[in-house]
Amino acid sequence: MAFLTLEGVSKEFGTFTAVRDVSLTIDKGEFVSLLGPSGCGKTTTLQMIAGLVEPTEGRISLDGRDITREKPNRRGLGVVFQSYALFPHMTVAQNVAFGLEMRRVPQAERTDRVREALMLVQLSSFADRYPRQLSGGQRQRVAIARALVIAPPVLLLDEPLSNLDAKLREEMQFELRRIQRKVGTTTIMVTHDQAEALSISDRVVVMEAGRMTQVDAPYRLYEQPSNAFISSFVGKTNLLAGTWRRNGASSAVDIGGVLLEASAPEIAAGTPVTLSIRPEKVLVRDAGAGRLEGHVVSRFFLGSQWLFTIETPLGTMTVSTPNQGGEPPAEGSRVGLDWSPADLRVIAGTAAAA
Amino acid sequence: MIARSSTLSAPWLLAGPGALFFFGLVLLPLALTVILSFHAYDHSTGIQNTFTLSHYVTVVTDGYYLEIFWRTLRIAALTTLICAAIGVPEAYILSRMRDPWRSVFLLVIIGPLLVSVVVRTFGWSMLLGSQGLVNQALQLLGFPSVRILYTETAIVIALVHVMLPFMVIPVWTALQKLDPMVEAAAWTLGASHFTALRRVVMPQVTLGMLSGSLIVFGLSASAFAVPALLGGRRLKMAATLVYDEYLHELNWPLGATIAIIVLVANLCIMLAYNRMVEARARRTLG
Repeated sequence: MAFLTLEGVSKEFGTFTAVRDVSLTIDKGEFVSLLGPSGCGKTTTLQMIAGLVEPTEGRISLDGRDITREKPNRRGLGVVFQSYALFPHMTVAQNVAFGLEMRRVPQAERTDRVREALMLVQLSSFADRYPRQLSGGQRQRVAIARALVIAPPVLLLDEPLSNLDAKLREEMQFELRRIQRKVGTTTIMVTHDQAEALSISDRVVVMEAGRMTQVDAPYRLYEQPSNAFISSFVGKTNLLAGTWRRNGASSAVDIGGVLLEASAPEIAAGTPVTLSIRPEKVLVRDAGAGRLEGHVVSRFFLGSQWLFTIETPLGTMTVSTPNQGGEPPAEGSRVGLDWSPADLRVIAGTAAAA
Repeated sequence: MIARSSTLSAPWLLAGPGALFFFGLVLLPLALTVILSFHAYDHSTGIQNTFTLSHYVTVVTDGYYLEIFWRTLRIAALTTLICAAIGVPEAYILSRMRDPWRSVFLLVIIGPLLVSVVVRTFGWSMLLGSQGLVNQALQLLGFPSVRILYTETAIVIALVHVMLPFMVIPVWTALQKLDPMVEAAAWTLGASHFTALRRVVMPQVTLGMLSGSLIVFGLSASAFAVPALLGGRRLKMAATLVYDEYLHELNWPLGATIAIIVLVANLCIMLAYNRMVEARARRTLG
């Protein structure tokens, strides 16, 4: 059942359109990420839901109630800001209690709920510290506790992990998901980090230049990106420009005279297409075997996998193979490349947009 | 060896000129003033070469001087209070302005400092005089004319005018350091605009406000030109009193005594206040 709905929401700042005709339906308890490069309008969209920015056009409704023009302090949504925006002159407990105080929750109940919220984010022993005495990850958890303690219908997260270092960021991703599962709050997270969006969301909304371009479950987004931009933005990929050929039952992409078997029933023969293949879907074989010949330009060891750059007649391709323990092909050596035709994704249009 | 001795003397050479200036232009005259305040004075023969505490006794027992000290304190405190009341909202509005306007209004606020104090003060005396613009406007609206010039009101008005930048700038600096999202966070938690200002923004600019108050109070208590021109001959403040003792009564030792007492009183008030400010800063900002 639709819980939070955006209908044709747009925002213009003077002549610049930050968000263009965004329509989105989010179910109760869902974890949705808004993913896009900086300046794509994802934060503006989140701020419109929070009530900090007023939409130029469109309608936002929450649980059947129109909240498009409602003041942020009447919406009662929980917001975690990118900078955390903790109150520096208040202790952790006072920060968390602030929203309850504004709701005139009696003192005894307030103390209980603050204690529970701090327990949820595992910061019980830090209640009397000031934000400046906490680490980045702890501050972030205070911000989450402060937003959750008011039991908001929707939790909005604005790049909540971007100020943390890589290792902590990974830990906090799962922590965030754990808390969200436990509380069951409908959550919308803005992020520019595709790995973050893929790992913890139920659905991912990709935004480009103010528009929504694809809304899908993470794995479908990864496997079936709707355009060349998404296929290169979400995960790594090899993009090859070619022409679509059809010969009876078989079809193929023609890249500079080389025909690569693939299927894409909806595309008319003769149109320019972009072929996308993920680095991990390409298999490295001995020279002579496989569908394509190439030589290794460089190889990088990433621990769990090897990343190769391979020069082929089709252009330079990035290939990754899991680390099996042995010594992989050396730089300069010739190799064969193979793949399953089902792993080739054909996208109409050229890759110029990416 | 040469290099070593030059590095040793470098700090002395660098700090020397400043120290010399400070000694020659601040400490020495101050010491001379302190000594002068203990010299005896005779109206017919001038300064005597004997030492006495009588000037101090005169100042602290004579109601005339005490009234002037009290007035100085009152005017400085009132000026500080009004500056805070106007300056803090002004700084907040300024910090929320966008760029072309912010620069324009910042210039408007520091404008009074760019005009000579005498010109500025004469300007106020023309505005506030018995036939000045303010009274003309009042008469035009059918009100009786009021006497503002040569009252404490006139002094406070002119002092607030020139002291305002000293309040606005520290508060503005404090606001610059404040994450604008902190206020938004308070709104999303259910606080109204007013509550967010009171509970979240204000506590963080208090430090700026307190240091601004310190500057405004110190400068107002020792102001000379404004009370001299707008207070007239009878309504004296500490600085004008010292001036009169020196140049009209020619009683330099008594003038020196008053100057020293004002200095000590000012120092005591400001140091006490500063301690309070620092204690607060430690508590909230660490």
